[in-house]
Amino acid sequence: MTPLITLKGVNKYYGDYHALRDIDLEIGAGEFFSLLGPSGCGKTTLLRTIAGFEAVSDGVVTIGGRDMADVPANLRPTNMVFQSYAIFPHLSVAENVAFGLRKRADLNRDAKASMVAEALAMVGLEGYGKRAAHALSGGQRQRVALARALILKPKVLLLDEPLSALDKKMREQMQVELIKLQRHVGITFVLVTHDQEEALVMSDRIAVMFEGRIGQLADAETLYRRPQNRQVASFIGKMNFQSAQVHDGGVEVEGFGMVQLALDQMPEPVQPGPAVVGMRPETLGLLFDGEVTDKRILDGIVDEVVYYGDMTYYDVRISGSDKPLNIAMKNIMGRPVLEVGAPTRVVWDPRAMVCFR
Amino acid sequence: MTSSESGRGLLMVSPPLVYALLLLAVPLGAIVLFSFWTQDFMTVDTTLTLNNYRELAEKPIYGALLGRSVYVSACVTVVTVIAAYPVAYFVSFHVRPARKSLWLFLITIPFWTSYLIRVFLWKVILGYNGVVNSGLINAGLIEEPLTFILYNVNAVIIALAHAFAPFAILPIFVALEKIDRSLLEASQDLGESKLMTFLRVTLPLSVPGVVAAVLIVFIPTIGDYVTPELMGGAGGKLVANMIQTQFLALNNAPLGAALAVVAMLSVTAISLVLILLNRRWLRGRT
Repeated sequence: MTPLITLKGVNKYYGDYHALRDIDLEIGAGEFFSLLGPSGCGKTTLLRTIAGFEAVSDGVVTIGGRDMADVPANLRPTNMVFQSYAIFPHLSVAENVAFGLRKRADLNRDAKASMVAEALAMVGLEGYGKRAAHALSGGQRQRVALARALILKPKVLLLDEPLSALDKKMREQMQVELIKLQRHVGITFVLVTHDQEEALVMSDRIAVMFEGRIGQLADAETLYRRPQNRQVASFIGKMNFQSAQVHDGGVEVEGFGMVQLALDQMPEPVQPGPAVVGMRPETLGLLFDGEVTDKRILDGIVDEVVYYGDMTYYDVRISGSDKPLNIAMKNIMGRPVLEVGAPTRVVWDPRAMVCFR
Repeated sequence: MTSSESGRGLLMVSPPLVYALLLLAVPLGAIVLFSFWTQDFMTVDTTLTLNNYRELAEKPIYGALLGRSVYVSACVTVVTVIAAYPVAYFVSFHVRPARKSLWLFLITIPFWTSYLIRVFLWKVILGYNGVVNSGLINAGLIEEPLTFILYNVNAVIIALAHAFAPFAILPIFVALEKIDRSLLEASQDLGESKLMTFLRVTLPLSVPGVVAAVLIVFIPTIGDYVTPELMGGAGGKLVANMIQTQFLALNNAPLGAALAVVAMLSVTAISLVLILLNRRWLRGRT
């Protein structure tokens, strides 16, 4: 991976508030990179330091090998899709898209017009050029914002929570379109989002941020299956946390007994003593009447049922543990939905466990 | 039910309605009526006639006075708006949000003094032995006092521009406040400098505020009477002074009334043009 954007030792203070803490990051050319985290974690600030809207208090940002310290936002090889889309209300759709082309003296009016038409076609807005900006829906505004940024062929496209204002259907559709678009134009995308599903679906790599720090930087699968610490594990997806005791010969998990864990199941250095073991709801399972398995089984009682249509989420009490286990079952054909109070059997596998401090 | 409700509504608005009718509509109607009468010294002839309007059209002095009034108002408007814009811009973009209301409050401080006193103060400042002249002489910049700053049109423009500055600042400030700040970042992100961002985004989006400021300054200044009377000297008199002269000095109220009607119609026409231009601008844009 050739890094296009590098951040070294980046810190940002707002007065006493430490917004970014020692960020070291390399983003590769052509990568779809996401900054994920709860609100206030510094992800938008980080994006804005790349865009040039915020100066770093300390550290170096380079894009394409060039130090960006003295390069203002309007001269950086980046373009941004703003959370509010920032469509100019006094301009038409075509004028919005052509906004950044003013300084291109090498292009005559016709060349610019055909570039605008091309950019609008790329985002699926053929023939919308003459429309007034205020006559557009949220999804259309976002497409205009995309076309307006991509027409300038930036090295990096920065997207600040671009989908958060759209409804669920539209959001899912735009996720797919953004992935296709990124592959088509080959430009590096840096996406800021608080929606973990969005980040998992779209990104090549994801940096999960908490309180101005990067908690973990990995691809979607690693992030989900092998979270590096408890904070990341609880932020991404659902996870059952069982208290545990680390011994020299293995880990004793509340309700599950003694298990042996491989090295990669203990991402943090763990000392003998109290710890926590995490399990995803879908790595546990329920056995229905008459089913047999050679896997490990615990007896339990259904405490709560949440029916999602395609999935059912059960809370199941097992003996030896205070906390009910959250278990996700796909509603495949012929499988019943259990009722509250029904006795059941829980299938589990120590290979799906991750141990944290 | 409905009729009693609307009746109650009428009852509630009736005091100000009666007040407005008696003090605005009736005098206005009287002025229009008067303009079709004639007066010979103390006797008023109530035969309807267009003679007053004919006289206004025939004698060049009236057109010249009206023209000068429009010219002075236009100058005041241009000076005021150009001076007010940077102030509004500064308060909107460079003052911390918590301090903005304090700044707006400070801008309204001139209203604490009566307008008449402010005009007299301008005479002290701009006069032959005034602050400006003695200051410049003491500084050795001039040898003779400047005479073009008092008792002429310039003095009227200076005093009026100062008086109307807050009225121009506020609508422009409101228009600037409404601009989404991410639009300015978007413009810079798309390659424009701060100056070009101002010209391509901020300025066009503040046009409605500027138009409001223009109307608020232009309409009252065209009929201003006090300022030209006190500061205009012989050459700085405007149409309002002529109306006063017709009514009181020349005992020709009908001609004065006709002049007032013509002045009002001129203001209306110019304002309508401005409003229509603004509408067209808004329809094509926002």
